Amino acid sequence: MGIKTLVRRRRRQLLLFTSPALAFFLLFVVFPLFSTVYISFYQADKFVGLENFKFLFTNEVASERLFSAFLHNCQFFLIAATIQLPTALCMAALLTSGRVRRMTGFYRTLLFIPTTLSVVIVGFIWRLIIHPLWGIVDYPLLGEPATALPTITLMSVWQYLGIPMIFLYSALISIPSNIIEAAQMDGASDLKIFFRIKLPLISPQIGIITILTFIWIFNAFDIIYALNGGAPGPNYATDVLGTLFYRTFFGWGTDLGNQNRGAATATIIFLIILLGTAVYFVTVQRRLKAIQL
Amino acid sequence: MIYKVGKVKTQSKNLIVHFSLVFFVIIAIGPILVIIINSFKTMEGIFTGPLKIPNSETFTLDGFKRAIGQGNFLRNYANSTIVTLGATLLVVICSCLAAYGITEHATKLSAMISGLFTIGIMLPVSLGTIVIIKMMVRFNLINTHLSLILVYVAIFVPLGVILMVTNFRTVSNDLKEAARIDGANEFRTFLIVLPLVMPGVAAVAAITMLPVWNDLWFPLVLTAGPKTQTLTLGIQQFVGTYANDWQALIASLVLGAIPLIIFFSLISKQFIKGLSDGYGK
Repeated sequence: MGIKTLVRRRRRQLLLFTSPALAFFLLFVVFPLFSTVYISFYQADKFVGLENFKFLFTNEVASERLFSAFLHNCQFFLIAATIQLPTALCMAALLTSGRVRRMTGFYRTLLFIPTTLSVVIVGFIWRLIIHPLWGIVDYPLLGEPATALPTITLMSVWQYLGIPMIFLYSALISIPSNIIEAAQMDGASDLKIFFRIKLPLISPQIGIITILTFIWIFNAFDIIYALNGGAPGPNYATDVLGTLFYRTFFGWGTDLGNQNRGAATATIIFLIILLGTAVYFVTVQRRLKAIQL
Repeated sequence: MIYKVGKVKTQSKNLIVHFSLVFFVIIAIGPILVIIINSFKTMEGIFTGPLKIPNSETFTLDGFKRAIGQGNFLRNYANSTIVTLGATLLVVICSCLAAYGITEHATKLSAMISGLFTIGIMLPVSLGTIVIIKMMVRFNLINTHLSLILVYVAIFVPLGVILMVTNFRTVSNDLKEAARIDGANEFRTFLIVLPLVMPGVAAVAAITMLPVWNDLWFPLVLTAGPKTQTLTLGIQQFVGTYANDWQALIASLVLGAIPLIIFFSLISKQFIKGLSDGYGK
């Protein structure tokens, strides 16, 4: 058998085995995404170039909504990242400190439970708990524009803490124990070992979890919609790009939805996510890898 | 003496770590416990002492009775189960096949395919929703379980493939060679190897099940009809309709949360393995 026929046979086998997965992925993920970008250049089946984007950026109401939704996503991300990461790191460090032994799995499972619940359930659990009627919290946190978004962000942080915790936990336990033992022999304290040895070693994972959080938050919809509906109040104070996309497409109240403008909104969100991810990989992650080597 | 001092010091440090973790655990499950406690109380019980455990005066199952009576909980459970099991089964089958192909037939093309799936893990799929809806309308699949299953398989297959590739890489070549020498074709060889990657299969299944069960977006846009509503969407709508009936509301949240908490405590090991192997690498 010639090398060429062997290569061809390998390729055929490869395609045979991967085709079901590829078919699903290409048909229901890749095609819809590309096709969405494509129809964002159309209006009522006519090619209109950048007209939909022009509308979203220059129409007085639409541009204000787009801009404020973007800012809310930024705020959401900043609050989430600054609270979530250090807290998750702290929990992971405690779990891997070697001081809880057999209880590790027990704590880990309990700490992860909020993450397993649906956003809808989490949102309503918190809404009831902080409801002024119930009197545990006196202030209408969700009713005031200034506190509504931070409150929802904190609910989301509470729910998803488990994910960065598990990432950092598994990064920490995969550090070779001889490195830690050597440091202990030299008399380094637990805190010193953590900040000087463990933390630098897991910085690539901290980077990955930050960028995943960025992608998830700029794609956020569920918790806002579940709590505040498609035109999230008070007075759009909790409107994010995800709910704006939903409204532009499906319409809300007296506003009629528009499929092509919806597609344009989706394209803008996609570009923001793409740009953020690209900037991150080019600047930060590359440097982190360099430190590793 | 020195030994003793060292031991006491270690023990007190251990205690500090335990206390800190207990503190985090209270924050994590405290709110859930408050809701569970209040689901067994009368209206007065709920409002006069939110943090009190139900006693003989305040104990009642009325909330559950009303929630089950007014909502479509049983049907919603069934819908969620069908969608979740269907999607998970297909994700597992497709990712095992693909991962076997990628590891066994390593070429430039296989590297490209696995690269494609790696990118696929991070893609914000919901942004393609408009086109997905148009496709489902064209195929006449709106308000069917199948529409959700198809979309979820596409969303979770990339993570499944990447996870299974790392698992198939750990299988030694001896077994595969032996099978091939015995005249087994590629598919037979695949079946022979499969039992060895079962921990990976469990991880893929676990990490697919929870987000599929919990998703709100696709049930909202694809299967919002009363007959095909999933549990997550059902609870969202129930809470909107009965906003003032706190008893039924709290009970419905508990009905939604409890199965997941039980299920998760059974599969937590596999889930955590899937999460850390899939995204972490």
